Amino acid sequence: MADDGDIVLSELPDGDLVKQMHDDLYDGLKDEIEEGVRILLKRGWTPYRTLTEALVEGMRIVGEDFRDGILFVPEVLLSANAMKAGMAILRPLLVETGAPRIGKMVIGTVKGDIHDIGKNLVSMMLEGAGFEVIDLGINNGVEKYLAAIEEHKPDIIGMSALLTTTMPYMKVVIDTLKEKGIRDDLVVLVGGAPLNEEFARSVGADAYCRDAAVAVETAKEFMMRKHNQRAAVRA
Amino acid sequence: MPPRRQLVLACGALAREVMAVLEANGLGHVAVRCLPASLHNDPKAIPGAVRAAVRESRAAFDDILVGYADCGTGGQLDALLQEEGLERLPGAHCYAFYAGVDAFAARAEADMRAFFLTDFLARQFETLVIEGLGLDRHPELRDAYFGHYETIVYLAQTDDAALTAKAQDAARRLGLAFERRFVGLGDLAPAIRSFAAPAATAPLLGAR
Repeated sequence: MADDGDIVLSELPDGDLVKQMHDDLYDGLKDEIEEGVRILLKRGWTPYRTLTEALVEGMRIVGEDFRDGILFVPEVLLSANAMKAGMAILRPLLVETGAPRIGKMVIGTVKGDIHDIGKNLVSMMLEGAGFEVIDLGINNGVEKYLAAIEEHKPDIIGMSALLTTTMPYMKVVIDTLKEKGIRDDLVVLVGGAPLNEEFARSVGADAYCRDAAVAVETAKEFMMRKHNQRAAVRA
Repeated sequence: MPPRRQLVLACGALAREVMAVLEANGLGHVAVRCLPASLHNDPKAIPGAVRAAVRESRAAFDDILVGYADCGTGGQLDALLQEEGLERLPGAHCYAFYAGVDAFAARAEADMRAFFLTDFLARQFETLVIEGLGLDRHPELRDAYFGHYETIVYLAQTDDAALTAKAQDAARRLGLAFERRFVGLGDLAPAIRSFAAPAATAPLLGAR
């Protein structure tokens, strides 16, 4: 038995354990998240259910409170680290069990920019939402995006920038996609602290994503549209 | 003809330097009002704060210079200044106008992995960087914030051994190399001198 006040995760029923994991994610408790994931798997939960109900839902709550100004960047980073630890356990199992894939995205921070906090968060949340994510990292020139498009045939390209001086590079990438005649084959999402919707429109992106949660919802929406268009063509 | 009433409405991080320019150039008639330097960590809040301060100051001043660069607002500050008919300091941020906007741009690629400090930021490193980013409570986040940086480049406004030591200590704490470049006040001084033109030739509100 636990000492007074301690919560023993393995003694909680599934519903309470998942709620506790949401709290632990909120508090950035990496060890507790790893333990919770292992308990759920041991109880026969599929990796996909564990990911979506325990981790992704927990991070959705974190994302909402970040948007509402209740949580700040340090707290979100701690939550992300905790989720990352849970994902590390689940990732190989998800591959084995063939979790549903709803789309493929190539994402990277643009040339001249080394900032990746937001991009990493988007990358992780998209993966949690069922996207295959190819993360190009930081300081990506247009040639790196083109090579990744050629190799991975993504549905979506994501570009991130933190600096006012580097965000115009997104237009260079999009203009190159147009020149190559492949712009309309791809959905282009952009994000980063100094960006806004007007900027996204001006560079020719499909959408501006103000945070990771919006990025996930936007990516899902575009995949749904694509799916519906294909269905309409087949009909 | 009464002298024009002029105001520099500046980021709190520039207070000492703006005052130094005014003093060195005999521009004691120019008033200075500062907004909280903590906005440095919250650029999206800068345009709203500037708008409110401009509107409060309109009645008392003929000319207002906004003592901000773009400062991470992604053009939102410029959009506001266009509406208000005002101008700001040149460049993307204070690092650029202290180093000289052109010189800073010329080194952009070489400095991609540089984290810049100014005199103000060296002085306020603990409050704005360590506490502002939560590193006092969660030092394990250091790599998430600074993992891709290599060097702290201290763009010094003054020759101050104590501040240099603070900047060096900041680099040590973040595990980064250290470089000091004396840049002085760079493009800040000409921008303020140009704004605070002699009364006889002073233009209409904000236009320069």
